[in-house]
Amino acid sequence: MTLHLQTLSELRRQLDAGTISARELTAHFLDRIERFDGELNSFITVTAEQALAEADAADAALAAGNAGPLTGLPLAHKDLFCTDGVRTSCASRMLDNFAAPYDAEVVARLRRAGMVCLGKTNMDEFAMGSSNETSFYGPVKNPWDLSRVPGGSSGGSAAAVAAGLAPVATASDTGGSIRQPAALTGLTGFKPSYGRVSRWGMVAFASSLDQAGILARSAEDCALLLGAMAGHDDRDATSVARPVDDYRAALSTPLAGLRVGVPEEFFPAQLDAGIAEVTRAALAQLEQLGATLVPVRLPSIDLSVAAYYVIAPAEASSNLARFDGVRYGYRCDNPRDIEDLFKRSRSEAFGDEVKRRILVGTYALSHGYYDAYYLQAQRVRRQIANEFNAALAEVDVLVGPTTPDVAFPLGARTDDPVTLYMADMFTIGANLAGLPALSMPAGLHQGLPVGVQVIGRPFEEGRILNLAHQFQQATEWHQLRPGFGGEA
Amino acid sequence: MSLDPQALARVAHLARLDLSADDHNGLTERLNTILAMVDRLQDADVSHLEPMAHPLDAVQTLRADEVTEPDVRAQVAPLAPAMDDGLYLVPRVIE
Repeated sequence: MTLHLQTLSELRRQLDAGTISARELTAHFLDRIERFDGELNSFITVTAEQALAEADAADAALAAGNAGPLTGLPLAHKDLFCTDGVRTSCASRMLDNFAAPYDAEVVARLRRAGMVCLGKTNMDEFAMGSSNETSFYGPVKNPWDLSRVPGGSSGGSAAAVAAGLAPVATASDTGGSIRQPAALTGLTGFKPSYGRVSRWGMVAFASSLDQAGILARSAEDCALLLGAMAGHDDRDATSVARPVDDYRAALSTPLAGLRVGVPEEFFPAQLDAGIAEVTRAALAQLEQLGATLVPVRLPSIDLSVAAYYVIAPAEASSNLARFDGVRYGYRCDNPRDIEDLFKRSRSEAFGDEVKRRILVGTYALSHGYYDAYYLQAQRVRRQIANEFNAALAEVDVLVGPTTPDVAFPLGARTDDPVTLYMADMFTIGANLAGLPALSMPAGLHQGLPVGVQVIGRPFEEGRILNLAHQFQQATEWHQLRPGFGGEA
Repeated sequence: MSLDPQALARVAHLARLDLSADDHNGLTERLNTILAMVDRLQDADVSHLEPMAHPLDAVQTLRADEVTEPDVRAQVAPLAPAMDDGLYLVPRVIE
């Protein structure tokens, strides 16, 4: 099998057996990026020279017998993780000229584990979007159908992995930005519990929701990467000090006796019949594997999108206040005075969606509206979190669709933000409650991938990865590849 | 909750955004669509619940007041848009 179709675990075996070197592996992916990314636009920056140097160091470690489970394996980082000496743009004109002077904790951990960074992937500007159409560097295409979106905001990471331009990529999830693109490109996407992975060095969008995670070809690969990414970081006050489980050891547990909650609200009457059918089939498969299906209720989940679009913009308006032309990023030419410098720098460098969210957030936090909107949204958030926790006290995990649709055509929803926001209707709840969640490929509809979502209790990442791995041992949906990029 | 052009201008000033006349027309309509969607929150009876600002309900931790960061001047300085004699050059804002 060609290298770019293989999982990390399969590539690991080849590196360990010596049938390929880390340099050859890295060169293979760099060659694929050069040949195929012109159509996909999944990378903002490719760090070829640095990658080959890192690969040589990995080969030396392999030869010396000092290799760990990730040594020599290539990956790409979403362009909101700071990387020492390399542009970290967050897909914004605002940070187009920003080279971070340090590594984000996630990047540092994976670097220390010996992984080889191929480059930085495209994304929605400041991670604001559900289709990867808001990037300053242009939209990303879905390798399954180049006329369609790959999902957002981690669409560059998703398209790169789905098209075989990288075997795995980091990503971030504020309202579904890992799981939604995973579903739309046929990948396994994993968002750990809030606090499980350090956010230090990750450009902030909505700080109480953002969490770093993974886009990969399998649950096993997610487990492999999470083991290196997870753990307390005393530079991140929201990072949780509790031991990291052995996620790979958890994969092989049989599902017999597992209680799977099926929220009635995840199957609304208007849900696309094809998506519902694929999800029901996945649930039947889990039942065959020994799980018990239990109906549960999440009555307030239909308010999650509304709560999110008050809370996330409010936090964004605060986080993005630092980008003023003085402290960070783009600066306008010839400002008249300091007010003009702030306003023109921000207006010239932020895109439309970022401006929309800053305005909504500023409005929701302004005098006269704070109690009615911001505090009300935070109370609804509490209700939604309470309902998730009550359901998860009865069952081990919740399972439902990841998205209401398959990948939609580029440009189809750019003039209709509310319809676009609804693409995250099933994923936002896990962010509001801080729960770990995963999307796994479970079928095709209209020839395009469909994802099924698994949500777990806080810090029970191993249980979710176990369910997904057992499902993937019994099915072949995660092995389907788009007909893009030659042999892919 | 809805915005008229005057309210939008006030919010844009608070957000330090400079909106053109074209921006105003399109934005007022789109923002009102978003605000109409979030208006659904008003129907929820949640007055008995504490607002949830954070998924871990964590309290802010404080570290000891000690210098912990290394001197990275030599790393950071070359990244600045303009330098002169070891000093950062910034736009003149006080005449």
